[in-house]
Amino acid sequence: MARETPEVNGGSLADIAFLLLIFFLVTTTMDIDTGITRLLPPEPEKDQETEVKVNKRNVLVVLLNRSDRLMVGGYEMDRLDLKAKTIEFFTNPLNNEDLPEMVETEIQFPPGSSAMLPSDGIWRGKVSKGVISLQNDRSTTYGKYLQVQNELVAAVNELRNNFCNLHFDMDYEELNTSNTIEGEIHDGIRKIYKMNISESDPKNIGGRN
Amino acid sequence: MSKFRKKEGKGLQKINTSSLPDIVFMLLFFFMVATTMRETEVQVRVKVPEATEVKKLEKKSLVSYIYIGRPVAHVERMYGTEPLIQLNDKLISDEGIPYESIQDYVLFEREKLPESDKSKMTMSLRIDENIPMGKVDDVKQALRRARALIINYSARKEYREKGRQR
Repeated sequence: MARETPEVNGGSLADIAFLLLIFFLVTTTMDIDTGITRLLPPEPEKDQETEVKVNKRNVLVVLLNRSDRLMVGGYEMDRLDLKAKTIEFFTNPLNNEDLPEMVETEIQFPPGSSAMLPSDGIWRGKVSKGVISLQNDRSTTYGKYLQVQNELVAAVNELRNNFCNLHFDMDYEELNTSNTIEGEIHDGIRKIYKMNISESDPKNIGGRN
Repeated sequence: MSKFRKKEGKGLQKINTSSLPDIVFMLLFFFMVATTMRETEVQVRVKVPEATEVKKLEKKSLVSYIYIGRPVAHVERMYGTEPLIQLNDKLISDEGIPYESIQDYVLFEREKLPESDKSKMTMSLRIDENIPMGKVDDVKQALRRARALIINYSARKEYREKGRQR
């Protein structure tokens, strides 16, 4: 007859597990990091002239002053109108003299990826030369500044997404950049609608600080 | 009627607790998987703004954090109420543009990454929404000088009604 092994007392197992549980509850966080990713311009070389001559019609000045009021192209504007204004600026639908020049461009997409493109996959169309110049005061609150950034990014994202929907029947967000073909589509669309937002070097706008 | 006589002296029936450890372990595993270790103690108050175009930060290992906010109560006694910059556990209180501290921080963080990922290093700026931009501009200038050019403005997802979107 085999001898029975004595049973281990499992009564305290729950206590141990609770202790571990509480330890993890205290030392860990649950927040997922989300945010708007942007690229900073590299620091200019010492001898390099920073003044770049740009045609006046190609620049949209977005100014946030010290009391968080928004001025776009010389007029005061509500934040919620900024997205539509940006889209108009980057597309220039009516070929307006005051809005940016559009340059005829050819961009290579993977052949056969879209029924809307010719079979060689080359997109021919106009690409805007527009640049948005975002300026802020040292006393502008960060929250307002980010909201304006958000509207500008939203406008470009919408343009890209519309193009992607129309030509490739999918959302721009869903493009998988690790896939070669979709990565090429992604890069192609980025060339058509560039995120041309320039931030001037900080300065004081409008008097005392 | 002895048939219905109450059993006396036995008290309440004991609840079987043998499955309690299993339940607790399940909870434990859930928390272990769903959460991340808190690496730094944030000593400034940061309430990040809301935005609609936010994206998730993909690779946590590439991300270093810079916090800007007003100090929390117990730090306030030492540093006052002016906005402070926090890099890892260190608070920066020096006047002017903190070029050197940020440069050191960027170098230190970059050194931790493998060679292939060094160019992809992302600085996550966790900044309180009420901080004046002057402080933020200083940090941005310092980051430019330190060649840490990929930045991420930390923000919460804002859900906007379609009708309000003009």
